[in-house]
Amino acid sequence: MEKEKYIASGILELYVAGSLSEAENKEVYNMMLEHPEVLQEVLDIEAAIVKLTKAAAPKDKVTFNSILNKLKGTDNDTKVVKLNKPKSNWSSYTGWAAAVILGGGLLWMNNQNSTLETQITEIQIEKDFFETQIEDLNSDLADSKKIINVFRDKDIISVPLAGQAVYPEAYAKAYWNKADKTVYLDLAGLPEPPEGKVYQVWSLTLNPLTPTSLGTIDNFKGDDNKIFNLENANESQAFGITLEPEGGSVSPTLEQLYTLGVIES
Amino acid sequence: MQLEALVIKFQQKDERAFETLYNMYSESMHGVIYNIVRDHDIAQEVMQDVFIKAWHKADSYNSSKGRFFTWILNIARNAAIDKTRSKSFKNSSKNLNADYFVDILPTQDNLDNSTDAIGIAKFVGKLAEKCKKVIDLLYFKGYTQKEASETLDMPIGTIKTHNRNCIKELREMVLN
Repeated sequence: MEKEKYIASGILELYVAGSLSEAENKEVYNMMLEHPEVLQEVLDIEAAIVKLTKAAAPKDKVTFNSILNKLKGTDNDTKVVKLNKPKSNWSSYTGWAAAVILGGGLLWMNNQNSTLETQITEIQIEKDFFETQIEDLNSDLADSKKIINVFRDKDIISVPLAGQAVYPEAYAKAYWNKADKTVYLDLAGLPEPPEGKVYQVWSLTLNPLTPTSLGTIDNFKGDDNKIFNLENANESQAFGITLEPEGGSVSPTLEQLYTLGVIES
Repeated sequence: MQLEALVIKFQQKDERAFETLYNMYSESMHGVIYNIVRDHDIAQEVMQDVFIKAWHKADSYNSSKGRFFTWILNIARNAAIDKTRSKSFKNSSKNLNADYFVDILPTQDNLDNSTDAIGIAKFVGKLAEKCKKVIDLLYFKGYTQKEASETLDMPIGTIKTHNRNCIKELREMVLN
């Protein structure tokens, strides 16, 4: 009964048509080996299809000799086979070509991408640089505004310091705010101190002449506007600036007095 | 000679076995190919290609995987379909979608055809339209069940039994 059901299912017709899966083909094959009725059924189906398809053939027959001649021709002349083959492989070549183009495209995109990334990095560095510059300018501007405000303060005492014997062209200005005990020194008129030397600023009382160190100007070279501020809680009557060895001296070296100015009371 | 033995000899490059198989199936293949390409010259060209390919690829046939007829039928259908997809063929702008094998069966007016073929054509003419179409798709064009069910707008489950009934009718007509 099993085999009759199998035959009736229609699977054998599809087997001859070639529309079954590999597993189904195997199954039919095994059934044919086991059951002669199944094999006979397949043979009948095939015979009917052979007859039917034959009826559709045009009357201009293709002779076996023409096949044989072509076969021998291609066997002798392998070039013909090679010429014929690529024709049927057209789609595979197209596939390869597409793959190559795609691969090339990916490489190009990758290359583009890294170029863009480099550009972004460069722009980022440039941006950082500009930001630093703006920051510097802002800070310079703030400093300048602060200086202007200092100089405008009505409590400020302005003291010009004139050049002395050792360097007559030298000049400086002190701006002393007694209220906040700060003296601002504009030292743009002083020469750059030689290596190993620093300017030291002194507060002086005149009778008797008593110098008190306000400190050394350690960053003269590095300061752009040459304006420095020092604390001054003294009852100063004059300011003097001497050139001293690095670290400063306990008492001023008067031979190296660059500028001196007396406070007008 | 038994078919199995014939095929084995063919696989051993026996030309006489090849010729016997050719005589058995070549006209069927010609019919299938012509139904697809609808051009006498192209059909001849594809015919030669198919049998040359079969000769060269004889080793790839294995009886456990299917009938020898089905094997060569597959080669023929694929070669013919490949041909219709080629550029030169498309340039001749043939529209084959609506054509099926019934159109090319011989008519009685054409006395050059074998009486056998005319007889079959007469029988086929009696088949239901749906049978003609399902036979065309499954045998002449190599459609899968799924493709046939989509083309015929028929549930995939019924393709198998429907086809079985059609082939049953065909067999009664042509084999007796």
